[in-house]
Amino acid sequence: MFKGLWKPICATVAVLGLLAVNPALAAWQLDMPVGVTTLSGMIRDLHREILIICTITAVVLFGIMGYALFAFRKSRGAKAATFSHNTTAEIIWTVIPIFVLIYMAVPSARGILEIEDAGNPDMTIKVTGYQWKWGYEYLDNGVSFFANLDELSAEAARLDSGIDVMDIEHYLRDVDNRMVVPVGKKVRILLTANDVIHSWWVPKLYIKKDAIPGFINEMWFTATETGVFRGQCTELCGRGHGYMPIVVEVVSEEDYAVWVIENGGESPTLSTTEISTDSSVAAL
Amino acid sequence: MSEAVSHDSHHDDHGPAKGITRWLFTTNHKDIGTLYLIFSLIMFFTGGAMALVIRAELFQPGLQFVDPHFFNQLTTMHALLMVFGAVMPAFVGLANWLIPMMIGAPDMALPRMNNWSFWILPFAFTMLMSTLFMQGGGPAGGWTLYPPLVLQTGDAFPFMVFAIHLMGISSIMGSINVIVTILNMRAPGMTLLKMPLFVWTWLITAYLLLAVMPVLAGAVTMLLTDKYFGTGFFLGAAGGDPVLFQHIFWFFGHPEVYIMILPAFGIVSQIIPTFARKPLFGYEAMVYATATIAFLSFIVWAHHMFTSGMPIAGQMFFMFATMLIAIPTAVKVFNWTATMWRGEMTFETPMLFAVAFVILFTIGGFSGLMLAIVPADYQYHDTYFVVAHFHYVLVPGAVFSIMAATYYWLPKWTGKMYNETLGKTHFWLSTIGVNVLFFPQHFLGLAGMPRRIPDYAIQFADFNMVSSIGAFIFGFSQLFFVWVIVDCVRNGKKATSQVWEGAEGLEWTLPSPAPYHSFETAPEIK
Ligand code: HEM
Ligand SMILES: [Cu+2]
Ligand SMILES: [Cu+2]
Repeated sequence: MFKGLWKPICATVAVLGLLAVNPALAAWQLDMPVGVTTLSGMIRDLHREILIICTITAVVLFGIMGYALFAFRKSRGAKAATFSHNTTAEIIWTVIPIFVLIYMAVPSARGILEIEDAGNPDMTIKVTGYQWKWGYEYLDNGVSFFANLDELSAEAARLDSGIDVMDIEHYLRDVDNRMVVPVGKKVRILLTANDVIHSWWVPKLYIKKDAIPGFINEMWFTATETGVFRGQCTELCGRGHGYMPIVVEVVSEEDYAVWVIENGGESPTLSTTEISTDSSVAAL
Repeated sequence: MSEAVSHDSHHDDHGPAKGITRWLFTTNHKDIGTLYLIFSLIMFFTGGAMALVIRAELFQPGLQFVDPHFFNQLTTMHALLMVFGAVMPAFVGLANWLIPMMIGAPDMALPRMNNWSFWILPFAFTMLMSTLFMQGGGPAGGWTLYPPLVLQTGDAFPFMVFAIHLMGISSIMGSINVIVTILNMRAPGMTLLKMPLFVWTWLITAYLLLAVMPVLAGAVTMLLTDKYFGTGFFLGAAGGDPVLFQHIFWFFGHPEVYIMILPAFGIVSQIIPTFARKPLFGYEAMVYATATIAFLSFIVWAHHMFTSGMPIAGQMFFMFATMLIAIPTAVKVFNWTATMWRGEMTFETPMLFAVAFVILFTIGGFSGLMLAIVPADYQYHDTYFVVAHFHYVLVPGAVFSIMAATYYWLPKWTGKMYNETLGKTHFWLSTIGVNVLFFPQHFLGLAGMPRRIPDYAIQFADFNMVSSIGAFIFGFSQLFFVWVIVDCVRNGKKATSQVWEGAEGLEWTLPSPAPYHSFETAPEIK
């Protein structure tokens, strides 16, 4: 029976091997990236925990199944038993999952509460989804702009453009205008859309929410590191859905103040500087 | 016996009519079952061809073959065809063939309605597919039809809505027929708790269909009036709410995913005991677990909408309810394992597909459980992680169960044995292909690749290439499936009425191939 298997397995292994040594291809990332916000650790831990629970269950369950498939085959002279009930076993394997689920439900519920606590922000940005670009308005200082897909990607992305996209480092993940925020400040985002539903997601910031026309959704993050973080629209919004990236640049408070003035903002001060400085120190 | 003969002489159809009219006017449950199954196979290949174009485009980054708008039409049509054209009709076809034979009835209760519910489908799908050639192309807003995007559909829009209405009518008629047949036509002595599990799961599925297909019909009708009659149910500017549509859609949509898996549970519960030569473990627990899943499936819908901005209490409720559904699902998996335990197993093709179902469906169940964890779901939602989840439960889940069923009952249907070597080759190629295809999609989703995009950042290049290779292995190995069936009908060796050594149930007491009218006289149930 296994003879038929041999060729496809060899072929698959060969292909996988070839792919693995091809230096042009980026890392074979397996898991969620480590985040850069105050809540990203908690969320990633929840993900890891449920993943580990599932993996352990899978190993045990498939192990038992594998043993059964091996040991109880007719060709090995197994003789069929006749039992069709075992109340003790049935109770045990119903109750154990219940406890495992309660164990997971409690921290998950707590996580929701933390994530939804958008009160006392240091600054607020209104983000609007359009077909197909993002609009940003800084409600505290009046800076506002659109973020479009960068020209390099836009040109390479055309059908038969003749450009090798593997040479473009941030292909489809770069914009003309970045959203700039200061590190250590609680940034509240008010989300809406102009035409159809979009969704704003930056994986390393660990936030995602739908931008819905006629309604305003709210979410927040406090970045703990400076750097450039990339994401894109995650709700199908038409032809250009794959082409509306999000780039967030987290900078120091001083650089942020400079950026605001350079972009025609009013006062570089944050709305609640006094309190926020303290809380951001505490958060770090 | 003499009574049966005199009764029969009142009918003019002792056997099938000749030629095309046999199929057009048939009211015979076996002919209609065959029609459903062939139709389903055609849709499976059509939807599959679309999927292969999608995977070819995603083989490497950059746009190589199709325009993004056409790409969106492909993903939308692929899903609609597979859900409503391939998986659901296949299960209805199996129900038609098997339920009368399993409960000791001569035919389905409402044969003329049965003819109708099938013949609506070719028209519905011809109309749906014709929209691809209309001004503005076919529907491109995803199978979930979210407004306002779906309202931007061109001329295709009303045709799509009408096609969905037709599919709904077909499903409702089909499920009424199943319910009436099961409740009224069981042979004397076949009490509810003696029914084979396939019959049980279909009975419950039929009630789910009756409950939710009208909801879908209502939702798409509201879309229609929003687009053409200015109602604005789902438009913020008109005082409506786009999220309202999502609630209505998923109130249909979540039970719908169970409509596509409960009959599969039934099939696997028939096959595993046969090849383990041992009775199904925990028959009653299986029935109650199915009923529990069906009930819970009505109160988990908003787990598809955690990022839509629901109130905290709503998120908590839907998280807990979704986690709860894992328990009856787990009970089923444990019961199948216990059925195999200390059995006397052989691994003919149906058993291979059934075992693969148990293992691979469970992997889909695990990712489902992960998706229920709301804080993590904010990350998973609308990424390839979700794509991997539902393809694991639907392809090596629902589709494998349909293939298992085909191999298992094919000798009863045709009176001939299929070729085991070919069947096993089909199994191994499919199983390898499906895993190479869908497992890497978990990684893509976790790394941050959204679903429904025609092109992607270069960091996702490697796993997409692996996934596409898997897609082509899986896609082309389905040609074996057709080959096995054609070869069986043409060259198969004669099958006995028992077919499988360990098989139990009324259908195996009939000769192979089963007679045109299943049980003229009701069999005796011990
Ligand atoms: C253990 C049981 C299951 C659980 C806990 C579960 C949970 C979930 C959750 C939470 C989602 C939403 C993910 C998101 O969009 O963020 C989802 C999506 C989905 N599930 Fe499951 N699921 C289970 C079993 C199934 C089964 C049996 C099927 C079908 C046979 C199925 C089919 C789907 C489909 C089609 C979607 C995606 C629909 C779409 O957005 O297009 N699931 N599941
Ligand atoms: Cu989008
Ligand atoms: Cu669901």
